[in-house]
Amino acid sequence: MNLTLRVWRQAGPDAPGRFETYRATDVSPDSSFLEMLDAVNEELIGDNEEPIEFMHDCREGICGTCGMMINGQAHGPRAETATCQLHMRSFSDGDEIVLEPWRAAGFPIVKDLVVDRAAFDRIIEAGGYITVDTGSAPDANLIPIEKDAADLAMDAAACIGCGACVAACPNGAAQLFTSAKMQQLNLLPQGQPERYQRAESMVEVMEEHFGSCTNMGECEAACPKGISIDFIAMMNKDYRKAKFKNRRTA
Amino acid sequence: MTVLDAKVPSGPIETKWEHHKFDMKLVAPNNKRKFEIIVVGTGLAGASAAATLGELGYRVKAFTYHDSARRAHSISAQGGINAAKDYHGEGDSIYRLFYDTVKGGDYRSREANVYRLAEVSNHIIDQCVAQGVPFAREYGGLLDNRSFGGAQVRRTFYARGQTGQQLLLGAYQALARQVKAGTVELHTNAEMLELVVADGRAVGIITRDLITGRIERHSAHAVVLGTGGYANVFYLSTMAMTSNATAAWRAHRKGAFFANPCYTQIHPTAIPSSDEFQSKLTLMSESLRNDGRIWVPKDPDESRPVAQIPEEDRDYYLERKYPSYGNLAPRDISSRAAKVSVDRGQGVGPLKNGVYLDFADAIARLGRDAVAAKYGNLFDMYASITGEDAYQIPMRIYPAPHYTMGGLWVDYHLQTTIPGLFSIGEANYSDHGANRLGASALMQGLADGYFVLPYTIGDYLAPMLGQPKVDTSAGEFDAAEAEVRGRVEHYLGVQGTRSVDWFHRELGKIMWDYCGMGRNKAGLEKALSEIPALRAEFESDVRVLGGAESLNSSLEKVGRVADFFELGELMCRDALVREESCGGHFREEHQTEDGEALRDDENFAHVTAWEWSGASGAPTEHREQLEFETLELTTRSYK
Repeated sequence: MNLTLRVWRQAGPDAPGRFETYRATDVSPDSSFLEMLDAVNEELIGDNEEPIEFMHDCREGICGTCGMMINGQAHGPRAETATCQLHMRSFSDGDEIVLEPWRAAGFPIVKDLVVDRAAFDRIIEAGGYITVDTGSAPDANLIPIEKDAADLAMDAAACIGCGACVAACPNGAAQLFTSAKMQQLNLLPQGQPERYQRAESMVEVMEEHFGSCTNMGECEAACPKGISIDFIAMMNKDYRKAKFKNRRTA
Repeated sequence: MTVLDAKVPSGPIETKWEHHKFDMKLVAPNNKRKFEIIVVGTGLAGASAAATLGELGYRVKAFTYHDSARRAHSISAQGGINAAKDYHGEGDSIYRLFYDTVKGGDYRSREANVYRLAEVSNHIIDQCVAQGVPFAREYGGLLDNRSFGGAQVRRTFYARGQTGQQLLLGAYQALARQVKAGTVELHTNAEMLELVVADGRAVGIITRDLITGRIERHSAHAVVLGTGGYANVFYLSTMAMTSNATAAWRAHRKGAFFANPCYTQIHPTAIPSSDEFQSKLTLMSESLRNDGRIWVPKDPDESRPVAQIPEEDRDYYLERKYPSYGNLAPRDISSRAAKVSVDRGQGVGPLKNGVYLDFADAIARLGRDAVAAKYGNLFDMYASITGEDAYQIPMRIYPAPHYTMGGLWVDYHLQTTIPGLFSIGEANYSDHGANRLGASALMQGLADGYFVLPYTIGDYLAPMLGQPKVDTSAGEFDAAEAEVRGRVEHYLGVQGTRSVDWFHRELGKIMWDYCGMGRNKAGLEKALSEIPALRAEFESDVRVLGGAESLNSSLEKVGRVADFFELGELMCRDALVREESCGGHFREEHQTEDGEALRDDENFAHVTAWEWSGASGAPTEHREQLEFETLELTTRSYK
């Protein structure tokens, strides 16, 4: 199939950006979306033009590196599919495809389709962990954990940290990411001692970088791992409680 | 040739590590902050080491070329992590895990290291559970296990099909805690491009910031490499696109010996490539072989649709050759058998580059729902990649490179041949011998990072108390930085006609054809003449556009591919001198009458460790003799 690509090109964080038009020719429907871009880049290099920079690494949908807006949708048209797992059979011959970087103030553009997601790391550093020094843990089976709780924690833990939730949100909010990371720990017995400290500090660091949630639900629809916005509700509950509890203990 | 001393402590294997921990020198808690340690790589090994060293009180600088420490390729591991907990009362033990691992490695690993690995395996599970890793559980709330290849007990802990992800996130979160606490200074988007050695010791590294292009100098009292394996030398592999060997290779060029580079593991069940632009191969869990039957058409010119090929015209070659193990023959054996069929022209699919994995019998026997319950997610993944419905027509699979057992040579302390340079996880050679068992990579990465290196590095540092680290203005740093700048300028200046990826693909083809699943003298010699020729072309004809002062992924790749050229050559050389077949290394000259690997314990029960002798000189071979004090060497058979 043959396609027309309109790609956002931007030389650096402070440089002005623009759309450029490229042709992708003889694309196999079996190739992945990123392999189609690889082929376009090979041609660009052949023509002495700088290749398009885009984010990618494992190409198995698990590392969370990849991501771009494809025709205005984070990770493109297929539900629960990261960009690297998207294949060209989802498109038709003659299509025009518009490629943009994640659109969010919290993710400044680095170059072309590459953005800086360091703010996610700041949120984790604020409390997205359980304090346990290496070697100090008791036997793993000492605390039985309800299977349902463990499974729900795993649902939250499946987050790959790609940022699609933020990119899809009209407010550029990071509630889905933050709540998934927080609730994985808050749902487990191991996470209880730091539960409310964690809730307060993660939310507050999140708010330094990202917009506010207005329950649009776009994040859940865009999430390549199908993470539920129920976790946002749980986070909000923990945060409210935390504001009271932490004030009392302060 | 020198004989290397691994400095394995004396005494019975069960107490070596415990006694040795007592014998090693300690750094007192209040003195730890006087030492700086560089950790390169934030995968399972690197992140766990950096976090633990930070907790202990050392001042740590951690480096990753990813945009976040959470993205290393450990994240892609699916199956699980082994530990000798014996939670099911099946008679598992540290000794049994040790035995299975040495045997699985075809008796080419170091006994003492493997025993220690088995010994600390249980602590890993405790630690990860305490961190909040959501391992699968039974209804009673206790941890669930599954069984894996090469073991007769259930000792594999798992978190759905995402165990690597969950363990890595656990280590990453522990690391984030230390970053917050200020004990670890984390550098993201920073790629190590050179090791700095002064007075024979590792004293620092040179990095390039991938976003700004800034070249930086970092010095420390010790350097730890947890930079992963080198399976991307084959271009098509199950590795991530950026996985590379540059950090380890730069260290090799500075004097660290490289051990057994020819030991690579080819996983039997990946999805075959679909075209020239295929960028990577995706693994399908080995568990599919429990119910799928592997076959190819008997006639290479078969043209009927698959459903119309009658039973008598199909070759269920694994069932035919290995009646007792059938479709569950071990990885190395299954992979080689698939290659034999495809090489004969019996391959299936549009490019005739795969074999069928057929579920028709299982669906007829168990029903579609039962098959979907077991493997539904894998069938979905297969459909998303190939567009084919494996409930209707057989899957196509083919082996793919996915792990490298070779790596930097390390002693019992995980120290390389350069004092002060340590290597952990897949980057080192020590625990897996010539073949790694499933669910053991995660175990080794975390064992090294959480429970081994943090002890052994103290023994190196303790005598240096009071000594300042080497200043980054020292001449050694000048020289190393000049080398890095020289390389960057060189590759930007070539302005040839072909892309980096083109050369990488060509190199990969040579490696796959001659140093892949089957190797022979003539092929390896051919590779040893073709690689330098291609490399010369690469040096004069590669095209890297753009500049050095901003994000430039072609520039990143060109240095990594240059190092793959040298490493690929060393792999072939190593495969050539190892005149035996063992584990993942199959020399076609050395097989039994029925085509099985023929090991030669009399002449090859050793580790081959290579010393760099300059770009033009042949590398020097050194050896470590493997002593089997505890286990007896036996032949593996799967008939």
